[in-house]
Amino acid sequence: MRRTVWALALLAVIGVVSTVLPRLVNPYIMQVAVLCGINVILAVSLNLINGFTGQFSIGHAGFMAVGAYGAAMFTLQLGQRWAGAMMAAGLPPVVAQGAALCVALAVGGLLAALAGYLVGLPSLRLRGDYLAIVTLGFGEIIRVLILNIDAIGGARGLFGIPVWVNLFWVAVGAVGVVLLSLHLATSTHGRALFAIRDDEVAAEALGVDTTRYKVLAFVLGSFFAGIAGGLFAHFIGYLNPSSFQFLKSIEVIAMVVLGGMGSVSGAVFAAILLTVLPEVLRPVKDYRMVLYSLMLIILMITRPQGLMGSREISWGWLRGRRRAPGAA
Amino acid sequence: MKSRALRHTGIVAVAAAGLLATALGLVASGCAKSGGPSEIVIGVYGSLTGNDADFGQSTRKGVELAMDELTRNSQGAIGGLKVRSVVEDDQGKPEEAVTVVQKLVTQDNVCAVIGEVASSRSIAAAPKCQDAGVPMISPSSTNPKVTQVGDYIFRMCFIDPFQGTVMAKFAAQNLKLTHVAILKDVKNEYSVGLAQFFSQAFIKLGGKIDVESAYSAGDQDFRSQLTSIKARNPQAIFLPGYYTEVGLIARQSRELGLTVPILGGDGWESDQLIGIGGDALNGSYYSNHFAADNPDPNLQGFLQRYKAKFGMEPNSIGGLAYDAANVLFGCMKQLHDTDAATFAALGSAKAGTPERRAADKKLRDLIAATKNYPGVTGTITLDKDRNASKPAVVLEIKNGKKVYNTTIAP
Amino acid sequence: MSEFLQQLINGITQGSVYALIALGYTMVYGILRLINFAHGDVYMLGAFFAYYSARMFGAAQNPNPAKALIVLLSAMAGCGIVGWVIERAAYRPVRRSSRLAALITAIGVSLLLENGGQILFGADPKFFPQIIPLRNIPLGHGVTVSNQQLIILTVSLGLMAILRFIVMNTRTGRAMRAVSYSHTAAALMGIDVDRIISFTFVLGSMLAAAAGVLVALQDPKIEPYMGVLPGIKAFVAAVLGGIGNIPGAVLGGLVMGIAEVLVVGYVSPSLRDAIAFVLLIVILLVRPAGLLGRNVTEKV
Repeated sequence: MRRTVWALALLAVIGVVSTVLPRLVNPYIMQVAVLCGINVILAVSLNLINGFTGQFSIGHAGFMAVGAYGAAMFTLQLGQRWAGAMMAAGLPPVVAQGAALCVALAVGGLLAALAGYLVGLPSLRLRGDYLAIVTLGFGEIIRVLILNIDAIGGARGLFGIPVWVNLFWVAVGAVGVVLLSLHLATSTHGRALFAIRDDEVAAEALGVDTTRYKVLAFVLGSFFAGIAGGLFAHFIGYLNPSSFQFLKSIEVIAMVVLGGMGSVSGAVFAAILLTVLPEVLRPVKDYRMVLYSLMLIILMITRPQGLMGSREISWGWLRGRRRAPGAA
Repeated sequence: MKSRALRHTGIVAVAAAGLLATALGLVASGCAKSGGPSEIVIGVYGSLTGNDADFGQSTRKGVELAMDELTRNSQGAIGGLKVRSVVEDDQGKPEEAVTVVQKLVTQDNVCAVIGEVASSRSIAAAPKCQDAGVPMISPSSTNPKVTQVGDYIFRMCFIDPFQGTVMAKFAAQNLKLTHVAILKDVKNEYSVGLAQFFSQAFIKLGGKIDVESAYSAGDQDFRSQLTSIKARNPQAIFLPGYYTEVGLIARQSRELGLTVPILGGDGWESDQLIGIGGDALNGSYYSNHFAADNPDPNLQGFLQRYKAKFGMEPNSIGGLAYDAANVLFGCMKQLHDTDAATFAALGSAKAGTPERRAADKKLRDLIAATKNYPGVTGTITLDKDRNASKPAVVLEIKNGKKVYNTTIAP
Repeated sequence: MSEFLQQLINGITQGSVYALIALGYTMVYGILRLINFAHGDVYMLGAFFAYYSARMFGAAQNPNPAKALIVLLSAMAGCGIVGWVIERAAYRPVRRSSRLAALITAIGVSLLLENGGQILFGADPKFFPQIIPLRNIPLGHGVTVSNQQLIILTVSLGLMAILRFIVMNTRTGRAMRAVSYSHTAAALMGIDVDRIISFTFVLGSMLAAAAGVLVALQDPKIEPYMGVLPGIKAFVAAVLGGIGNIPGAVLGGLVMGIAEVLVVGYVSPSLRDAIAFVLLIVILLVRPAGLLGRNVTEKV
């Protein structure tokens, strides 16, 4: 009961903020805010795999691509017609499109989760850098496959995806994945994930089903990456395989590590920081990426444990009592 | 349970506050820059960094040269309003292109946008211009889809179906070829499109495609593709890629003893093409927007000034960007001469206001009416689909020089 | 048949390039357990250093082997210094932190070299002077091999032999092996770990420089982003062969080069970038530590 109230209150807040904000700031800033939100989802979802479970994955852009193309194809084939039918039946466009969008996102997320399951399987056998390179490989294979499937646009890209996503949907997604992660961190399942990260052999000895939990982390992480991809597709309105290159995965990894492995709030902050930083650096023109990379190096040297370490921001932390729910 | 919920809400609140703070920071930084009433701002976007950096840089140089001339001829002003350009980098990513164009039309208050080279990025960003009612001129995106986005989107170049037909005709009729191989760049929608249009046209003219092979931009080694092509004995290779790879491909094909002529499109046009390809390119042909040995004083003047300013030969991308900027300036001048009040709104009205939209609409109409504009890349007339219809020239490479061979009209 | 032989030669050339880059990856990894993402960009710097030194020495005009050797050595020296600086300034401060922090630093260095390179050298691709003119050697039945391909192959094998000698037969090499086994134990034995790590980086960067020069010689187009793709592929090759293992890197490089070429020639050229990874996944599922790697159960 209490939870429902909280959830509804939160939705209301997001709704109000995302209707009021566009009146205050210009569309460019709204755009950056939406991209921040999408990156938050990506970073927090990767944090489930890398930060919580200690499985080193660098193929997140691949899952995002699966979700993006899955959701977009669904909308183009069915969702658009459904939304049209619902509007014809008298529903307001926002509701009709929202409903169609939700289904599309679910389709994208589930497809990405399936891909995550497939990638998660080798993680049972491979460790550390070997797993990393396999996930990188999966990401690249997915990209090359998309490039070679003409039905989804290939190199031309996928056009004409309806733009249904605004700050509201992205904020709901971001808040959702953040809350779920935090909830997971304090649950039995989360403890099992941490145990695998800290010492897999000991975790196994203590009766943690490491196989199941590792695959679970991959499936959950890639599901949300797929959601992020679906949001991205319905926000930009155009998909091209070049958006999902290896460098995109690297960007997300940088967010997780910079935030502090295992820290959800750290991932959130780092995602926002690394999205806004290149925008703020625009005035320096050609030197922008040079400065960006220098700042990344300096940040890593000065705070190698990440901005938040493995702590979380909480009321207690803000008042000075430092607890570390994730690092127990 | 309660405390956890509370704590979570706290985190969300802090995160939201952080988001808001950064957003406000962006607003503050944006307000300081937006154009005053005494200037007109035009936006330019392109890949200034990343793999395709050369294209973005060439576009920027072309526009810069046009700006220089405006400064020389009229103190950089049109109708008493100073013209300023804002150049933004999209790193060669479609989603960044969307972001920067959004920034240009809302934050920088631009009244027109010039960009992109790559069709994928033009297609991604064009809806932002269309929605904001700001004309966008793509100097060199040749994919037909670009201008289909809407009536505010223009281009200064011909489109791929035409270019593919030109080379097919040239191969079948001028060179009398009956069977050729195709080697395209699968990562590049320009190359894939051009290959498709060429092969359709060539087959219609009675030709045969021996084999269609592919590579990805960024590859250094094409020997295995070329070895397979050689085994089919084609009379020529159609290679609709960018010059960055063409030089190496030509070299490696000669190395493998594959000596048939290579045919290509305007993506070849660059000073670097022959620098890298060397003798291997002799006897090859490609379609282009202009021939550098054309004595037209307009073109020769451009080539000279470009070389003097940047210390390198321009490529067609630079030339098209130069034309795009000049067409835009011309239309602005025309708007000032015919309707000074509306013109003033380009500078004084904020983006999105009705006055500004009206002024941009007028500017759009003038661009759409562009006819017989004497550009350095040929005479430009925009057709009803807002594509430039202009003849293509076919150049032959002879002893390391690009020589005019023939002109093929649309 | 002649087509197949020609493809095989193409594959071996391509593979020896991967092998050469993979050597540097594998060495740094063996000692530091760090995926040095900047390695591909050091390779790019090698090509550019050679480009400028070739112009300085006029190596393209009446080329001779001595000039070519000077160009090669100066590029290797330049990259050796760059490697030393990178290790000192960027990697050493994060060495005691998590390996992921080091990885992100490496990515930062990689982006810095690419974008800095673009500002320094310009974005347009440059033509690398022909310091050794191309000569084709026909092998009959339409199969040819070029002198440059032969040079790449011999230099790669030569450098690999030298490297193996350094690692297996010198005091420094023994120290390197000790450090790769355990930093702490090596330090307790009186080995200056910092010095050995610096040495490894210098050596790895010099190898990357050699690879850069050799590839630029054969495929004379150089630009600031030329190291990205070969860098990733070479890393995959190193993992394929068993990372940390020197003969493994060479074997992995060759296997990958040949596999790629065969896929391009006989399956579908557009699957080229995927095949490297498919092969990798298949091999790792069968042999989780790579072709020549020893399977050690990691406890941590």
